Amino acid sequence: MTRAQAEVQAHVLAVDFAACDGHGLCAELLPELVGLDEWGYPVLHGSTVPPELLSHARRAVAACPVMALRLNRLPAPPPDRPLSPTTGTRGRT
Amino acid sequence: MNSDTGTGSVLAGEHAAAPCGPYGERLLHGWYDTGRTADLTEHLGRYGPLPLSSARSRGAAMPLVRAVEEAGLTGRGGGGFPTGRKLRSVAGAKGPAVVVANGMESEPASHKDEVLLSLAPHLVLDGAVLAAVAVGADVVHLCVPRTRATQADQLTAAVAERRRARLDPVPVKVHTLPHHFVSSEETSLVSWLNGGDARPLATPPRPFEKGVGKRPTLIGNVETLAHLALIARYGSAWFRESGSPRAPGTTLVTVSGAVRYPGVYEIPAGSPVPTALGRAGGPLGRLGTVLAGGFFGSWLPVPLSTVAPERGAGVLVALPEGTCGLAETAAALEYLAAQSARQCGPCRFGLPAVAEDFAALARGAADAQRIDRLHHRLGLLPGRGACSHPDGGARLAASALRVFADDVRRHVHAGPCRAAYAPLVLPVPAARPPKEEEWR
Repeated sequence: MTRAQAEVQAHVLAVDFAACDGHGLCAELLPELVGLDEWGYPVLHGSTVPPELLSHARRAVAACPVMALRLNRLPAPPPDRPLSPTTGTRGRT
Repeated sequence: MNSDTGTGSVLAGEHAAAPCGPYGERLLHGWYDTGRTADLTEHLGRYGPLPLSSARSRGAAMPLVRAVEEAGLTGRGGGGFPTGRKLRSVAGAKGPAVVVANGMESEPASHKDEVLLSLAPHLVLDGAVLAAVAVGADVVHLCVPRTRATQADQLTAAVAERRRARLDPVPVKVHTLPHHFVSSEETSLVSWLNGGDARPLATPPRPFEKGVGKRPTLIGNVETLAHLALIARYGSAWFRESGSPRAPGTTLVTVSGAVRYPGVYEIPAGSPVPTALGRAGGPLGRLGTVLAGGFFGSWLPVPLSTVAPERGAGVLVALPEGTCGLAETAAALEYLAAQSARQCGPCRFGLPAVAEDFAALARGAADAQRIDRLHHRLGLLPGRGACSHPDGGARLAASALRVFADDVRRHVHAGPCRAAYAPLVLPVPAARPPKEEEWR
């Protein structure tokens, strides 16, 4: 991957809600992208991070005391690789 | 019991004559003749020997995996994910794999897995063992609810029967797990089998990468595995003879509520709801609405569409005309809120809040402002948990607000309807949060 390609790759925010305790630092440090619900848990206003907010996003990720805020690069899957099962859908019945 | 030259090998591309009972059943075939559990002899007599050769052959071809892909089999536990793709992912992952057969069935209005395991246990075990051989697993874990102890005993006996016949190349272990709503979630099974609580885990890693014992893990609903056992015997073209091109095969459905003969039926996949209700003897009187997909599903408006519901066709509850859909939904939401694993804030606090708003709406104590707040809170549930528990509750609530929009207006402006305090049609268990120690 060239440097140019790496730069156009999208960065996305994600919250691990099982880890999140609602400290709220993310919303303080990155109000452009993170709000809080009535119980203090983060609400993302769109997960893609624009380049100009990238350093702020990194700061918010580093500030989370329980490491529940993550900044992921959107990977472009190679076309020949089979899709992996996203088990977000669940065995329920 | 080896079937290398036996009938129905996908590898050989031949099709044995598939059994077809008077009702055209596949999974439940024969039960209407005998009315009892099929033992191993009866099972093998009906479906023929275990076609291990097709599963065993690995390498690029993997004939069983390909047959399942071509059959278009999808998960029958509610997720609907393509089974062939799942098999291929696990088969392609590094190291020996594990297969988990999910018979947890925590949806209160569903009994199809319980019925299938009790009538055709060997079909499910066939499928689990064939899947294990196909993906390179050296063990099968069959998980059933602790509340169904008799069923667990019967399955343990069925496994022993197979061991004596030296049928299976991999060991099968029967486990009984806590029977909470979220305990049937795939990652809950992984967590429990790894010595933890039967509560969902945050993903990634997904079980197919790192599951039981950190090994690649295939988790399949028991009905899905039973279909796999038939595809291994009769092939993908046979499987597609039932159902529609988009939803091939047959599927089990639990039909309850206002129908003549409530029960578990096997119907072509993708059948419209009226067809499924017809199998249960048809509606008793005029219907008010039908819940499709259980407590995670959606309310359907009447007159019913002749198009199959998008998801969750495995559970149908028919409500007679005059039932208060808002009161039914409020009770279901209260149960779902109590059943939260309490791991994620938005679910732990958001779901009870939504349930309370709905209860107020059902008893006519919610004003327009509170309905607005309910809509806002509902919008904040999906996608904000380790599992899809909040998403499922939100789906049910949103469909109620949509389908019963007229009732919502009446409840807000004129107070509750007469049916709001009537006995529930939905089988809602007591809304009691599990104690900490009850998750293990």
